[in-house]
Amino acid sequence: MTERAPIIVVGGGHNGLVCAAYLARAGRRVLVLEAAARAGGCAATHEFHTGFKVSSIAHLLYGLDAQVAGDLNLTQHGLVLAQQNLRSVALHPAAEALVFEGDSVSGAGLAAADRDAFRRFIAARRRFAAVLASWHAAPPPRLALHGWRDALPVGKLGWSVRRLGRKEMRELLRVATMSVDDWLNEYFTNARVKGALALDAVLGARAGPRSGGTVFTSLHRAAGGGSYAVPQGGMGALSAALAHAATAAGAEIRCQAKVAGFEVVAGRVSGMRLASGETLACSAVVSALDPQQTLLGLLGARHLEAEFARRVQHVRATGTAAKLHLALSRAPEFHGLKTQDLGQRLLIAPDADYVERAFNPAKYGEYSPQPVMEVHLPSVHDASMAPAGQHVLSAIVQYAPHNLAAGWPAARSRFLETCLETLSRHWPGLRASILHAELLTPADIAGRVGITGGHWHHGELALDQYLMLRPVPGAAQYATPVGGLYLCSAGTHPGGGVLGTSGRLAAAQLLAREAAP
Amino acid sequence: MSAAVKSRQRYDAIVIGAGHNGLTSAAFLARAGLKVMVLERNSYIGGAAVSRELHQGWIYSNCSYVCSLLRPEIYRALDLARHGLQIVPYGGGVTFTRDGDYLGGYVDKDVKRREIARHNAHDADAWQRYSRDTMRQCRFIRSLLLRTPPDPTSLKLRDLRELLYLGKRFADLGEQGIYDTIRFYTLSIADYLAEYYESDLVRANFSGSGIIGTALGVHSPGTAYVLLHHYMGDVDGQAGAWGYARGGMGAVSKALAGALQSFGGEIRTDAPVEKVLNRGRQVTGVVLASGEEILADRVLSNLDPKRTFLGLLDQKSLQPDLVAKARNFKIRGSSGKLNIALDGLPEFPALGRNHPLHCGDLHFLDSMARFERAYDDWKDGRWSRDPYLDLLIPSMTDPTMTPAGKHYMSVFVQYVPPKVQGRDWTQADRDAFRDTVFDQIETQSPGFRKLVLHAEVRTPLELENEVGLTEGNIFQGELTIDQLFFNRPFPGFAQYRGPLRGLYLCGSATHPGGGVMAAPGANAAREVLLDMGQPEGVPEGWSDD
Repeated sequence: MTERAPIIVVGGGHNGLVCAAYLARAGRRVLVLEAAARAGGCAATHEFHTGFKVSSIAHLLYGLDAQVAGDLNLTQHGLVLAQQNLRSVALHPAAEALVFEGDSVSGAGLAAADRDAFRRFIAARRRFAAVLASWHAAPPPRLALHGWRDALPVGKLGWSVRRLGRKEMRELLRVATMSVDDWLNEYFTNARVKGALALDAVLGARAGPRSGGTVFTSLHRAAGGGSYAVPQGGMGALSAALAHAATAAGAEIRCQAKVAGFEVVAGRVSGMRLASGETLACSAVVSALDPQQTLLGLLGARHLEAEFARRVQHVRATGTAAKLHLALSRAPEFHGLKTQDLGQRLLIAPDADYVERAFNPAKYGEYSPQPVMEVHLPSVHDASMAPAGQHVLSAIVQYAPHNLAAGWPAARSRFLETCLETLSRHWPGLRASILHAELLTPADIAGRVGITGGHWHHGELALDQYLMLRPVPGAAQYATPVGGLYLCSAGTHPGGGVLGTSGRLAAAQLLAREAAP
Repeated sequence: MSAAVKSRQRYDAIVIGAGHNGLTSAAFLARAGLKVMVLERNSYIGGAAVSRELHQGWIYSNCSYVCSLLRPEIYRALDLARHGLQIVPYGGGVTFTRDGDYLGGYVDKDVKRREIARHNAHDADAWQRYSRDTMRQCRFIRSLLLRTPPDPTSLKLRDLRELLYLGKRFADLGEQGIYDTIRFYTLSIADYLAEYYESDLVRANFSGSGIIGTALGVHSPGTAYVLLHHYMGDVDGQAGAWGYARGGMGAVSKALAGALQSFGGEIRTDAPVEKVLNRGRQVTGVVLASGEEILADRVLSNLDPKRTFLGLLDQKSLQPDLVAKARNFKIRGSSGKLNIALDGLPEFPALGRNHPLHCGDLHFLDSMARFERAYDDWKDGRWSRDPYLDLLIPSMTDPTMTPAGKHYMSVFVQYVPPKVQGRDWTQADRDAFRDTVFDQIETQSPGFRKLVLHAEVRTPLELENEVGLTEGNIFQGELTIDQLFFNRPFPGFAQYRGPLRGLYLCGSATHPGGGVMAAPGANAAREVLLDMGQPEGVPEGWSDD
């Protein structure tokens, strides 16, 4: 008896691995094809200088789907958190740092009114983020409003807003599309508090705090629970645990197996060609690659209806976040930062206008002369990341648009210099302590992990690409118009961050639609 | 009569402010048989829809300058034609390029298509798709203009019925249409246009309508919607067309006032209102700056909610929550205007002589980056160094505006801040701002300056001081989604009623917002009549439905 061809998961990033694990647990035969030498995608750890390791792209865990972690027993498969509930710390070159923890903020120069406003703000953000979180737990409904049955799931979405109560419902409907700058101004007068909260809203986005829709991105980030953690061994340890969970459930993972294209027979994906020339048959495909690469690259627009292909082509996916890695000979001494806060989440965003000004050049295909940063030193919590007494600094740096007008080869060293200059303002001794520096631009990220536009979220996270519009109508419920082809990347609902939810929900859709052999 | 003497005149309704919306409300109330008084602070009526002779022999439409959005239902119901209003369509527009060429927006669709094809063949095809999709959005919103927004949190029969209507309109769009509509309301004009057009010039050509009057850039999400405030109108049934009110925009106000007076309504100018009077939760009238009291159980304010709630009401009667809402209502000044008397007709060599588009609206920004940089300047508290101009020469179409052989040029300027880097405008600033605009015109019309006989420079400050538009915002409040429909001006106050019984808002700060549309005025009047138990008499819904 010949066994039926496997379900192939294309791409061994965290969503691909999560999806594979769920499919395998349901008893399906699953093969994961990963182009790189190791699975992990954006959740990876690499040694960028002898003895120094860093989480290459994503560097903090802030919204991992709790159901995924529980269902897949990630702890049992080796996931250990080196540190949880990181505080956020807003650095300033000439003042004491502000420390944000839960709903309290502390530091010099804060008035009682600021602290009170912060409490109220966090309460509002939590309340509204909880609504989004409830939407993120299930696939988005379609808006085919032909009758009551179609309207029911939409009504459910509406009900989650309605049950906030009249006052809060009105408030959510008002703020949902606003710019975070306007929202913050309604609460705060303190510029530094606004700067830090503005950065939270625009990290990973091609938007500034004055862009409409950034209240939404702020809520989306907070929907993950709003607490930050670091895995022992870096983000690669999470991928290792996911891979372990998948293989333990029976999935097979093949690395260095780059997919070159899909075979389609009678409107259904039947197999695929690898870059090596090998062909593989499959019963269904789930792609963890971004939607554009999957649908326009591997599948090809010729298999798609023209209007649908046009929509996919217009998915907005221009990455603006770069990653900076420094091997340091000693522990940094940032101005105004208490020693016990060195391992926290350090923010360089002194005020909201600074963040907006950093964004301005990105609109013209230029990088920020004064970038914003989210800095983390994993080696403070995890001795395996750097030799004793030495440290690793990992920073997300914005804005560095993928489509740089001058081209990244020409601008790379200048932008690295800009990044170091920015950090030096907070730690004048920086340069003397650098053993090695690595800068990953969105172009590098695109090349290294294979994401279109080098965009973390596989497509801008914005209201026009959210829920049933993510990535595009017609593929927002994970199934595509082509038979047997599913999407499970961060380019689908509920979107990016290392959540794993897309992988989980895509697996459930596939299992419901593709009968077991 | 001394100031202390109270006239104790009594009316059924008082309207504060004789802007076009105030006059529209008043006219509908008078037509329904109410005794109505309109009180205007200035010595002339019209608010921002005025014709003023500020240079001898020249009539300027010195604030709003073109007309398209005025709802035809209102035009017909008030018989504005009989009261002298004549809208004359003008022909198309031009975007000049820096290399001496232009993109012409001809009225004739075939000519326009060929013209776009001259620059980019793909975009000529895309233009048809663009027009179809954008008109679909216009049709959707037009059905909502003359309706009171429902309160989505309410369980009242009326609100549920309106929500159901809205749901039905949505469902009628079809599944893909609904997705497109949601995207349309959340996209930036730049991203919206990028879905159609390849050419930067073609995109720039269509961009202006997304940012006119708005403190947002072409890359700001939400600006695609603003497009509708320039597309959803019509002239003589031609959708999307624009025209001049013959004799200047004051003709609109004059016709509305004529209608009002024909129904027995009264208008008093030089009558600034100081306070709205109340007894408990009930409005009882107003008191003028002169001390004179005028009584009425209904007061409609044509002013924005900041001025109305925070300026005219007894602050003790306000909930703190409402004070915060009014303060947070975003009214941002971002536009300026130059009104110029010319000794002759300026030439634009790119067009050559006798070009049919010479009398259309002329634009000078030919790339998206120039648009966005103009906005970045505003964010920094400066007027744009390379501003977006919407330039027209109304006297080419309407010779009644100037002496024979002379011309009037109206130049709308985006972006202009209400304060210059945090301080008030000075005369030197005003001169430098004027020169910035002149320089840009000179790039396409060498020698233009020599024709200038007089130029009125209007920054947001002048607009605020003269017309009472806070910060000089032409829409009486930003047209962002958080301030539209049931959120306009803010949640809980979108049905034209204020915090006191008998107090109503009727200005552009209410649904459906700005542009000389008169819909807010009509909707407010309908609500007043509804509260009096006589809901008929004001057009509702969409006549072409």
